[in-house]
Amino acid sequence: MAQTDQPLKTTPLHAAHLAAGARMVPFAGYDMPVQYTEGVLKEHLWTREHAGLFDVSHMGQARLRGPISEGKKGPLAAFEEVVPGDFINLKPGRQKYSVLLNRDGGIVDDLMAGRPVTSQGTGDDGLFLVVNGACKDNDFKVIADELAGQVVIDRLETRALLALQGPEAAAVFQHYVPEAASMVFMDIRLMTGFGVDLIVSRSGYTGEDGYEISVPAEAADDVWVKLMSDSRVKPIGLGARDSLRLEAGLPLYGHDLDETVSPVEADLTFAINKNRREQRDFPGAARIVKELAERPARVRVALKVLEGAPAREGAEIADASGQVIGKVTSGGFSPSLKQGIALGFVPPAHAAPGTPLKVIVRGKPQAAEVVKAPFVPHRYVRKP
Amino acid sequence: MRFTKDHEWVEVDGDVATVGITAYAAEQLGDVVFVETPDVGKTVKAGDGFAVVESVKAASDVYAPVSGEVVEANGALADAPDTVNAAPEAAGWFAKVKLANPAEVEALMDRPAYEAFLQTL
Repeated sequence: MAQTDQPLKTTPLHAAHLAAGARMVPFAGYDMPVQYTEGVLKEHLWTREHAGLFDVSHMGQARLRGPISEGKKGPLAAFEEVVPGDFINLKPGRQKYSVLLNRDGGIVDDLMAGRPVTSQGTGDDGLFLVVNGACKDNDFKVIADELAGQVVIDRLETRALLALQGPEAAAVFQHYVPEAASMVFMDIRLMTGFGVDLIVSRSGYTGEDGYEISVPAEAADDVWVKLMSDSRVKPIGLGARDSLRLEAGLPLYGHDLDETVSPVEADLTFAINKNRREQRDFPGAARIVKELAERPARVRVALKVLEGAPAREGAEIADASGQVIGKVTSGGFSPSLKQGIALGFVPPAHAAPGTPLKVIVRGKPQAAEVVKAPFVPHRYVRKP
Repeated sequence: MRFTKDHEWVEVDGDVATVGITAYAAEQLGDVVFVETPDVGKTVKAGDGFAVVESVKAASDVYAPVSGEVVEANGALADAPDTVNAAPEAAGWFAKVKLANPAEVEALMDRPAYEAFLQTL
């Protein structure tokens, strides 16, 4: 998280960003494109209408391997010691969203964990993890410490990660990798494409259909150039990535999620599987099970700002009487809805959709309303 | 037209200065999605924050380039904030200020000086 004086790292696509006219900023220790020549607004809308290509190579990719034999429980069962999801029953070829928990049930990071296999079902090799760039060193340390002796973490630092997102993303990608057509949302596959080995998931963080594509670093530029050669594809920077995920109602680590926030408070109870709730065998289970039964003190909500300026991170949230009851943890202008939208935390009594609230921007209370997330409907492809 | 190092412009007509942000500033901000103009009647001091301009990504303060009383605000920006991008140094003006100290304007950069300043950024 913290900014340091260390020189910024670059991804294998750094030169491609500069060539595309990117405005670069420091992010998660990397020199990353915040926007390209058309700017955040147009990049955002392009992704909602066509296909946006993102370099997310700053994110942490790793394999979690462990002995399946010798009476050890293997990487799937071991991983359950640090997350509240059911991974023992995760099928080959599927991935899940989850949260890495500290012993108090606070969120250390949110992540994707999957079992990529080929279309023939071969190649199953532990868990493939994708974690946030700013958190990756700490995440892998936490996992290594908590699961010492049970798993080996193989960080895949020689792989780049691209995301192709939007309603035309599938058609574009399938032109190059026809095999990807048979995948549905949250499928993850090993495949050959662009002449190299790929780890492809049908997922992303924009609310749109699309793929995340892990590719050997030396092939990243070729994959980027080929995808960009399609007129339906434009490069999209971190600015639009943030506004897209906000419209999709998806929380951002370091803003909406941190080590004090539990998955119940964060409205991520879907990531706490029923069998795990019954077993109560994950970090912070006592707190989390209690919050599930009795409601937590605060809960993440989605807010539409009905007048005035967008409410951004740090803005106070007040009830209709003006009493401050919470804070905005991320917010901004929605290019799709043309109004301010925000995520924030309030007591559960104020969290029902339709509840009128105020957001206080530069000292002025402005009308806002709790809405059901997402702000813009998800368009995941759940059937082949 | 005169300019500040914070990329505001001032154009004086009699004792009233029209104030806005420069084309350079508008280009740097990207698509403007919201503008908060100062209230008419407010007294501002040169260097004070007196308006806010917001892009998708961030809110930025606009500083008063001159001191005086706000006599008019550009209400059209409420419904068309993108005017700031389309015509930053014309229809995208923010407010008009009745000058308390006209000499402040003389201390600001003229266009050649401002353009030379941009070259140093």
